[in-house]
Amino acid sequence: MSQATIDSTGASRGSLKSYLIAFVLSLILTAIPFALVMSGAWSSSAILAGIFSAGIVQILVHLHYFLHLDASSAARWNVLALMFTLAIMVLFVGGTIWIMFNLYHRMM
Amino acid sequence: MMTTDASTIGITHNQEVEHPDTVEMQALGFWLYLMSDLIIFATLFATFAVLGRNYAGGPTGKELFDLPYVLGETMLLLFSSVTYGLVMLAVHNGMKKWVLTGLAVTFLLGLGFVSMETNEFHGLITEGHGPDVSAFLSSYFTLVGTHGTHVTFGLIWMAVMIGQVAVKGLTSPVQSRLMRLSMFWHFLDIVWIGIFSIVYLMGVF
Repeated sequence: MSQATIDSTGASRGSLKSYLIAFVLSLILTAIPFALVMSGAWSSSAILAGIFSAGIVQILVHLHYFLHLDASSAARWNVLALMFTLAIMVLFVGGTIWIMFNLYHRMM
Repeated sequence: MMTTDASTIGITHNQEVEHPDTVEMQALGFWLYLMSDLIIFATLFATFAVLGRNYAGGPTGKELFDLPYVLGETMLLLFSSVTYGLVMLAVHNGMKKWVLTGLAVTFLLGLGFVSMETNEFHGLITEGHGPDVSAFLSSYFTLVGTHGTHVTFGLIWMAVMIGQVAVKGLTSPVQSRLMRLSMFWHFLDIVWIGIFSIVYLMGVF
């Protein structure tokens, strides 16, 4: 087993420590929204904000620690492609919700 | 001379070494595929956002969803993402035995997730809450089912990779494939964050 190891985006650039950090952060960021909804202690708009912020932060944690996306030149094209995809997603999801709910209110 | 040449070719073939740039290109190409997959999920999320509250007199998310059960599914997928990360560490250090052990553990965790989801779908359909009941349930089954199908194909891929690591060892093409499977697996965990937040958590209150 003396083959050269592959080092690339999404590959083995993590360490045991970074995976453990990601695991603990993900556990906390999963526990927060579930606890908010299950306890039902807050107002629904506060719970909504909690779900969304915990979700977005957890996605960023996964992108950084699991998929190794960062500002390095090795990951530049991956980040660029992701940015482009996010722009399209905003058009799709945002546009759909905007048009359909506008229509819904006009039909009332 | 002839035998030397032949044996040289034989060794080169056995080692299966790929150019580092090829691996980079393949990783980027696979990333672009994942981005197109993300667009598919975006359209399904948009559909669910529009139709998710149209119950047509049928049951609502609040009546159907069991949050502790969903938390269990979430934990299985999160654990499997971490164990796959550890697999890539073992790949990096050339520890074949640990790669196989880690892949087997990841496979079982993923299988647990798919089994839980299948059980959930089976329960819903046998109780008469199938995808034909309302727009909410149609969009729910399409979105969550598409994710589950992806995980299932990830499991098939993982089973193949367990075989390849066992038979071929950690050659550079095998490493390259393991790396792309890791991208696929972590990507599916990220999509699941969107599903448990938007479908399940927002669906129950």
